[in-house]
Amino acid sequence: MVAIGTNGWNTEPLGGMMNFQENIDAPKTKPLALMKQPDPTRPEQAQVERSIIEVQDVNFYYGSAHALKSINIEIPEKKATAFIGPSGCGKTTLLRCLNRMNDLILNTRLTGTVQLDGKDIYDSSTDVINLRRRVGMIFQKWNPFPKSIYENVVYGLRIVGINNRGFLDEVAEKSLRRAALWDEVKDNLSKAATDLSGGQQQRLCIARALAVEPEVLLMDEPCSALDPISTAKVEELIHELKDTFTIVIVTHNMQQAARCADRTAFFYLGELIEIGDTAKLFTAPEQRQTEDYITGRFG
Amino acid sequence: MDISKQTIEKHLSGNRRFDAFFTVVGLLSTFVGMITLAALLFDLASDGLGRISPQFFISFPSRFAAQAGILSAWVGTVLVMIVTALAAIPMGVGAGVYLEEYAPKNWLTGLIEINIANLAGVPSIVYGLMALGLFVYQFGFGQSVLSAGLTLALLILPIVIVATRESIRAVPLSMREAAYALGATKWQTTKDHVLPYSMGGILTGVIIALSRAIGETAPLITIGALTFIAFLPDPPIKGTFPFISFDWLWSPFSVMPIQMFNWVSRPQQEFHLNAAATGLILMGMTLLMNAVAIYFRYRFRKRIKW
Amino acid sequence: MKTSEADAGYLAAQAQVRSIPTNLTVQKIRERAIEFVMFLCAASSIAITCGIVWVLLAESWHFFRNVSLFDFLTDTQWTVLFENPRYGIMPLVTGTLVTSGIALLVALPLGTTIAIYLSEYANARVREILKPVLELLSAVPTVVFGYFALLFITPMLQNVLPDLPGFNMLSAGIVIGIMIIPYVSSLSEDAMKAVPVNIREGSYAMGATRFQTAVRVLIPSAFSGIASAYVLGFSRAVGETMVVAVAAGTQPNLTLNPMEGAATITAYIVQVSLGDLPHGSVAYQSIFAAGLTLMGMTLIFNIGGYLLRKRYREIY
Repeated sequence: MVAIGTNGWNTEPLGGMMNFQENIDAPKTKPLALMKQPDPTRPEQAQVERSIIEVQDVNFYYGSAHALKSINIEIPEKKATAFIGPSGCGKTTLLRCLNRMNDLILNTRLTGTVQLDGKDIYDSSTDVINLRRRVGMIFQKWNPFPKSIYENVVYGLRIVGINNRGFLDEVAEKSLRRAALWDEVKDNLSKAATDLSGGQQQRLCIARALAVEPEVLLMDEPCSALDPISTAKVEELIHELKDTFTIVIVTHNMQQAARCADRTAFFYLGELIEIGDTAKLFTAPEQRQTEDYITGRFG
Repeated sequence: MDISKQTIEKHLSGNRRFDAFFTVVGLLSTFVGMITLAALLFDLASDGLGRISPQFFISFPSRFAAQAGILSAWVGTVLVMIVTALAAIPMGVGAGVYLEEYAPKNWLTGLIEINIANLAGVPSIVYGLMALGLFVYQFGFGQSVLSAGLTLALLILPIVIVATRESIRAVPLSMREAAYALGATKWQTTKDHVLPYSMGGILTGVIIALSRAIGETAPLITIGALTFIAFLPDPPIKGTFPFISFDWLWSPFSVMPIQMFNWVSRPQQEFHLNAAATGLILMGMTLLMNAVAIYFRYRFRKRIKW
Repeated sequence: MKTSEADAGYLAAQAQVRSIPTNLTVQKIRERAIEFVMFLCAASSIAITCGIVWVLLAESWHFFRNVSLFDFLTDTQWTVLFENPRYGIMPLVTGTLVTSGIALLVALPLGTTIAIYLSEYANARVREILKPVLELLSAVPTVVFGYFALLFITPMLQNVLPDLPGFNMLSAGIVIGIMIIPYVSSLSEDAMKAVPVNIREGSYAMGATRFQTAVRVLIPSAFSGIASAYVLGFSRAVGETMVVAVAAGTQPNLTLNPMEGAATITAYIVQVSLGDLPHGSVAYQSIFAAGLTLMGMTLIFNIGGYLLRKRYREIY
């Protein structure tokens, strides 16, 4: 059995090749079962990887356009999963399905189930408001409210009725620390959020999302509009946050996926082509299309 | 056909000259508006400025032009405007919010929108006729401040609705998405973000709508505003229990534009001076309100950075 | 820096935040109630239209039980308050049409010229001064315009036309025209602005002057929008009340001569309302019949204007 670390790269190339040979005959749906098996030679893997989100046979339509085709995917808990693929492949669409943000768009339809902790979120009895608290979202273009930094961070708590100043202060500090923004803004929390730099505003949005203690954090190309230094800060954040939160990140930047994510899923034209541990996907992909995309033959 | 270089040159220079000529024509046309405005103000001022005095504001109308004043008229305007504002603002903003944030795209919403567009083009006197049949007689409100306020509120409703909708549309989708993604309900998103950020535009629209209502005459004449009243409605605040009275709502009334109309309709020159004075005050109020509205529009537009 | 996630205090706080119930039934009911109230506000527009239609039709029905429709449409005299009343609407209609016609003669050329000037010629500074002036012009109360027509324009015209009576349709028409210039010019300018940039640039690229571009390219392209502006302007002129009530007189007069005074439909309604007519009398009901006629006219123009505007929107 080959050692595949949860964070690191595969350090046994030969072993990797052997695994590659084994898997090449496995049909596409099988890899899920293989991923779940713990490796007895690695004690830390003894705990079973739990999937917090299970997407089963999902098809999504914008009007008559078939945007997602028979998606089956599981998002492991407390890990970072990346969705990669060329423009228009459906990765952002799928991300937005996970917290039902696509409900805001007219004329859309989803078939299949998306289960969070075992319960289908598209069931009619689902409380969408609560869902969006449990599954937070960071957008490509940062969108802090035109209010103060403090008010931005605590908004998520105010809307559920928490107005205790002391408690909100604690939460604000905690969230801003977790978003690695506290030291930069602690002197003036009543400053306007839009006066911050782009990178700071994006981290503010992360702090805002963290304040409601979500279980999953969805990130839609969070660094695509940021400069390299801010990008590095956000990626470092992802590394720290994934111990506490499950993270799903959509990215155009394959190197970013390789840096941040434990698992990566490759999408193309609305279909899930391949999913696997990041290291393996980028060094020894199973599908031809994945390999073509990764090596830059298209995209 | 002669298409030698000379002919073409001649045509081109002719075109250029005409173009320059049209610049002058265009400029002059725009001056028509400015000149009219200036002449209007000048005419009013030359006749009416002399009549404006504190006495003018606190006297009732009278058979003697020199003693007549606009007390009942401006009090009536204030009272009617209170009712108009209290009726039109909630209804107009509520309708605007509903149409922009909540309304599904079905036939009912389409019908509502057609109606609003249509109502904007209905002559104001037809609103007066409707109010006469409905408010004054059918509902039994009588020829009162209440009927007047409601009539004007319905008249300016389309203006408020359109202003509200345009302001709300200017709020970017990203704000709403950010709120929803945190688990806000639709009403929370609307009240915490959409409405506050569009308040500037809404306020501007409301002020412009009210300035239009102040100058309305025809519908109020139709519902029976009196043109000569020598008394004031009951004051809203009384010295005795229960301290607040609503009698003034049911009281007969007059308003400033009607007073002006009454005076200008008389043959005597002296009353025309009074009319000019009233007109000047009306213009002052209208100009002031429009200036305030434009100021608000400018200030709020600059304030919000997305 | 890693926060000590295993810290019990932290986990307790996390659990506390996560456990707050949301979307309780109470909250859901409140959301629905608020939405319903706002829906009623929006739907009130339908109620208002119904109210207008109902009042006009109901009272007119009473009217037409006493007066034949034929007489109403064809009789040439409107003498409702006389001993032997005659109920022909024609004098009021001609009064309305003549004053509105004069208004259009003033407003259409000037409004279109201003629209062309603002759209093609004027620089930003001129526009900054001009637009507020036009806005202010449209904000002036109509009774003030009536005063202006009676006491400024009429005497001015009487210098040129000595036989002009004190009440005449000419001054009223001119002032109404000036009053609706901002309306016509802004709608026309919007129509011209909506023409795609490349069409305008194509014309300039061929060396056409601004006037040629405006007249040969922009106006034909924006024709539906401009025609719609004209039609809507006419509708505004037809519905105008105070200027004619003050300056054109309240004597119904079947004539096409603008130098005479005449009553319009709107002025008649005002005149009756100023008086003391018993509720329920034929004379009282006559104002609703007149109002119905007015409503019919403006409705036709408004629908025409709307259809024209829709047509030009479809092309682009």
